[in-house]
This record gives sequence, C-alpha cells and structure tokens, in this order.
Amino acid sequence: MAKEPEQEFVTMTPQQKKARRSRSLALALALAAFVIVMYFVTFVKMDPSILNRAM
Amino acid sequence: MAFVDKSALGDADFRLSEATAADFVALLKPRVMSLVVFTAFVGLAVAPAGMNPFLALVSIVAIAVGAGASGALNMWYDADIDAVMTRTASRPVPAGRVTPREALAFGLVLSGLSVMTLGLVANWLAAAMLAFTIFFYAVVYTMWLKRSTPQNIVIGGAAGAFPPMIGWTAVTGSIGLESVVLFLIIFLWTPPHFWALALFKSGDYERAGVPMMPNVAGDASTRRQIFVYSLLLAASGVLPWALGHASAFYGVGAALLGIGFVHYAWRVLAQDPADAGMKPAKALFGYSLLYLFAIFTFVLVDHLAMRMIG
Repeated sequence: MAKEPEQEFVTMTPQQKKARRSRSLALALALAAFVIVMYFVTFVKMDPSILNRAM
Repeated sequence: MAFVDKSALGDADFRLSEATAADFVALLKPRVMSLVVFTAFVGLAVAPAGMNPFLALVSIVAIAVGAGASGALNMWYDADIDAVMTRTASRPVPAGRVTPREALAFGLVLSGLSVMTLGLVANWLAAAMLAFTIFFYAVVYTMWLKRSTPQNIVIGGAAGAFPPMIGWTAVTGSIGLESVVLFLIIFLWTPPHFWALALFKSGDYERAGVPMMPNVAGDASTRRQIFVYSLLLAASGVLPWALGHASAFYGVGAALLGIGFVHYAWRVLAQDPADAGMKPAKALFGYSLLYLFAIFTFVLVDHLAMRMIG
C-alpha cells in the first residue's frame, strides 16, 4: 500500500499573510481584467454579418 | 494557517512566500516596459492601415506584458550576477523576496498568455515575432551571449528593437521597410547607450564576471566604438526622411538630435582617461534616453501632421 505523504499545518506570520493577500488580490484583479478584455475583444472581432443569416 | 505538502518540496525549499504583488510587478522591469509601450505604440500608429482602437490598446498591452515576461525570465536566470551588482542587488530574486522558481513560472505563464493574446487580437505573424523576441532576450541574450562575449548587447539589442516592428505588424500583418528602419534606430542606439553605462559601472560588471566591452577591450577601445556607433545612429535617424517616409520637418529634427548624440559621444571619446567621475559617459547615457524618446516622438508627430495635412 502506498505511503501517505507527510503533511502538516504551519502558522503564517503576519508578513506572510499580508503578502499572500496582496498576491491573491492582484491575481484576482488580473484574471477579472483578462476575462473582461477577452469578452469585449470577441465582440469587436466578431463579424456583424453572422447575425444576418437567412431564416 | 496554511496547508503544506512537505513531500512535494525539498527541505531547502520549505518556506512560505513573502513576495507581494509589487515584487512580481518589479520582475516585469516596468521602466523597460514603458519604453516598449512607447515604441510599440509609435510602430502601431504610423503603420499604413487602420486598427480598432480597443484592439490596438490590447495589442500594446500584450507586447508590453511579453517584454515584461522576458524580463522576469532574465531575472530568474541572472539572479547570481544580479546579487553582486549594486544596480541590481535589490531586485526581488537576489534580495530573496521571490524564489527563482516563482520568477520562472511567472515569466513562462505571462510569455504564453501575451503571445496567445496578441495572436487572437491582432494576427499570428505579430504573435510569432513577440514569441521570437521573448526567446531572443531570455535565451540568446541572457543565457548565451551575456556571459560569453563583449558583443552581448550589440546582438542582444535586437530584442529591444523589435517592439515597433511588432506594433507595425500587428496592424498590417506584414513587415515593412519603414518598420525595419525603426528597428535599426533602436538597434544602433543600444551599444552606445549600454557602453556609456558600462564605462561608469565597469566595477560592477567586473565583479559579476560579465564581459562588457570596457572590461574586455578597455575604456579607450569602448570610447572609440561608442563614437562609431553614434555616427551610424545619427545617420539611421534621418533614414525615414531620406527614404521618403517622413517630412523635411522630421529630417531637420532627427539631424539635430543626431548631431547632439555625436557631440556627447565625442566628449566621451576625448575625455581624460584619469577622469574617475566619468562625467561625459554619464552625460551621454542621460542624453541617449532623451534621444530615443525624442526621435520616436518626432516620428509620431510628423506622421500625424502629414496625415492631417493630407
């Protein structure tokens, strides 16, 4: 039977918590910005004529 | 509290990151990025075709992020020599705020994202050129040339010269002579700019074992080469006018800027070898930054004026 990997919990220092919060916030904002940009890029790149299909 | 899987990490790596978002921004070399944004914008603005302003903005951001990603890869690889140079010792990796593995992952992810974004937003030729630029800076310059030859920044300068070409290609989907001239101006500007810096920072490069021209060929040879490159740069600066891409207004402005560059390079050539302060080299370094900004501003303003006149 495979041995379970050794795991443990550590307590973060206030500085580590502050740094993680800073990284998490920046990553969230960057991802949100990327999604919004790609949403509007799709609109701009999309040829309006595809909406004019014959019924 | 944080969950840590020790089996995935060696004991030497067992530490929680204290890197802030600002440290990751510093990995992108923001000052270099600002130059990339400006020159890419000029290349994009003077291209003989139109582009949706929103797509143009996203394209410039993609080019800037790609340049930043190559900066992060450079800082990952060069952490050992950055640590012994006063100018670079406080960078996030040598200062210990960001681990080399974090810098490598950050650079690789942003490289992929920026190339993919430029390909989807503009075209795949521009994206391929951005990918090549990242490869050229991170692999050809950083890993190969920088530590092996005093011609490192001459050849490596091509990486910094590509952004206006990429901007142009993002609009046109092709490579034009006008964009090659913009490439040539930055390419010829790089040696006198960095060798002026190397003259008054030669101790730094010596300690780091980087074979910059003053450390290998000596100050006198470097000063002569700076002067020759300055003459070539001044000539390339007026090429847009000589080739009929810009007006006489631009030609006169570029000629005056070029004469100024040669003047500062002449002062470096004629400086007293005993002058430890290296004032002429510092003055040339400062003027070179002004020159590049000014000549690309001239290209942009001249193009906009010609477009308005008709």
